Amino acid sequence: MSRFFTALLFLPLWMPNAQAFELKSQAGLELTAFFDDGAQQQAQTNSSIHLQTEIHQTLTKNQQFDARFFARWDKQDTHRTHADVREALWLHNQGAWQWRVGIGQVFWGVTEGAHLVDIINQTDAIESLDGDVKLGQPMVNMSWEHDVHLVDIYFLPFARERVFASQKGRLRLPWLVDTDNASYESGAKKHHLDAAVRYQFNDKGLRAGFSIFSGTAREPELIPDIDPSQIIFTGFVPTAFMGDYQPTLRPYYPLIQQAGLDAQYIVGDWLWKIEAIHRQGLAQDYTATDIGVEYTQVGAFGSSTDIGWLAEYLSDSRGSQATTAFEHDLLLGWRVAFNDTASSELLAGVVSDIHHHEQAWRLKGSTRLNERLKLAIEARVFISQKPPSALQLLTTSNNDNKLTALANDSFVRTDIIWFF
Amino acid sequence: MITWKKITLLPFLCLNLQTIAVAGAAEDIAMEADKRLHGYGDSIATLKMTLISPSNESAERTLRVKNLDVGKDGDRSLMIFDTPRDVSGTALLSHTRADSDDLQWLYLPAISRVKQISARNKSGPFMASEFAFEDIVTPYWQKFSYKLLREEKCEALTCFVLERTPTDSNSGYTKQLVWIDKQDYLQRRIEFYDRKNSLLKIYTATGFKKLQNAYWRPAQMLMVNQQTHKQTRLDWSDYQFKTGLNKDDFSENALKRVK
Repeated sequence: MSRFFTALLFLPLWMPNAQAFELKSQAGLELTAFFDDGAQQQAQTNSSIHLQTEIHQTLTKNQQFDARFFARWDKQDTHRTHADVREALWLHNQGAWQWRVGIGQVFWGVTEGAHLVDIINQTDAIESLDGDVKLGQPMVNMSWEHDVHLVDIYFLPFARERVFASQKGRLRLPWLVDTDNASYESGAKKHHLDAAVRYQFNDKGLRAGFSIFSGTAREPELIPDIDPSQIIFTGFVPTAFMGDYQPTLRPYYPLIQQAGLDAQYIVGDWLWKIEAIHRQGLAQDYTATDIGVEYTQVGAFGSSTDIGWLAEYLSDSRGSQATTAFEHDLLLGWRVAFNDTASSELLAGVVSDIHHHEQAWRLKGSTRLNERLKLAIEARVFISQKPPSALQLLTTSNNDNKLTALANDSFVRTDIIWFF
Repeated sequence: MITWKKITLLPFLCLNLQTIAVAGAAEDIAMEADKRLHGYGDSIATLKMTLISPSNESAERTLRVKNLDVGKDGDRSLMIFDTPRDVSGTALLSHTRADSDDLQWLYLPAISRVKQISARNKSGPFMASEFAFEDIVTPYWQKFSYKLLREEKCEALTCFVLERTPTDSNSGYTKQLVWIDKQDYLQRRIEFYDRKNSLLKIYTATGFKKLQNAYWRPAQMLMVNQQTHKQTRLDWSDYQFKTGLNKDDFSENALKRVK
């Protein structure tokens, strides 16, 4: 299958009558300063460079080919040093129909706090904590759209594994995730044929999507892999590990079924949003929701600045057993668009656990420095209990504080991006 | 007493009838101007937008604009940004109708996300320019009420001067004065009055050309903010009409496949 997709990459080269292709690239230098040393003694600063190239080629009136390649080199984290074919997609459209074959990117959803419904692509988890950066997904997509109706059917022949930080990387769990030893429920492993369908109705201010996914989970279960012979016990209490030994977490990708709803309703300056999923096939079936509202003040306080006010409530039926930090959390956020020549914008938000003292703050902003240069800033602050050591994780269980692993990882980051 | 009543009421009645007649005429003029803007089928054009600060510093944006006139079903437009490079590939799809609120969707290529946005932000600036969203979409005569103020010389031509009041309370304007020439019914000048009813912006369209022997389009539009002294110039070029675009080229899938 992957050979087929490689062949697809070269398809435009021998397509007859093809016009010259368009090329767009961007390169960036990212600098990060963490407030503290890492819980595993990682460095307090990091630097990284990234490159992205896009190719667009119109083949005929109804056919096009698009590709996007991404690569990053990271000083600190060998896993964050990675390259990916984000997109390599042949597209054909005819009237209401559209076919896409290749590696693609699909986004489903409306909320800002969590992207629950979105499931086609694997998250490029160490690129961004928000889940909006994704690994390319091999797919065949058939789409039909007429007036207010849109139907998409996806066949996904190959699943991508989630990327986790390496030993020296930041924003990691106390135990390393052993990504070289992933296991699958399916006998076909990552080659299980996954399928998804989504119907969307969009009329006036209402936009609602109903989706079903069946196949390999994108979010793996992390199963502790502990060698008892490497643990030193005092009585029955583990007190140390032998030498450099560290237990690991092995990713396990079960087969799941997920039904999802994402809807948005616009009433004047108010946007009402909901995302809800029900997922089966994991250790525990569960339902998760993110429901909220966004109010936009156009030309706030007599200026040309628009201010958006966001509030969302996130919940997960698994409660303290949830695998995300959003089991019963409230998001408050502000989106500021300055409407200036530099297109400056700012997004600030805080997700607070309503039962335990945990907060995740984020601030993201960007401004154009000139025609070819853009500056982006990001700051994140995690407020939780002190991160547990590898040994503490073995002896104590703290399911209520989901962010403890990140408590030392608050950071400020700048990214300067050059477009060429 | 009866005679007195008659005498005093009569001019009042006459005046009323006259304003009704004038409003009717004003509406006819607006309708005619509107009619001549429509019926083009579909069009594609390139737009260069220049933002000029009071100190004469300028910044440029380039866009491709596709339009489709679906008759009673309204207008559809697709704008694709080419520069500045950081927004290249971003696209805005709008469906506008005479009888309902506009619908707008924004496509963000970096995250492959389509967002339906509230069209109520119509009074907000379009791409940091002096044009608001409501100034750039195809206007419908139905979205205003009219008064014919006068006729006067406008350059070599004679223009009707209409006062129009937006019926939509979300508009950023209390009124607009519109200069429409008597010969081809083209909008040559618009004065925009803000919510405090003071003069905010003056729009002038120049370089009108009759394209394909049928459709008058200005080559240049200039919007000058009278309060901040900022300007925005729109230069239109490479107009093409009746290229065979249809509704499927203005769908969500079409929005996602633009490059």
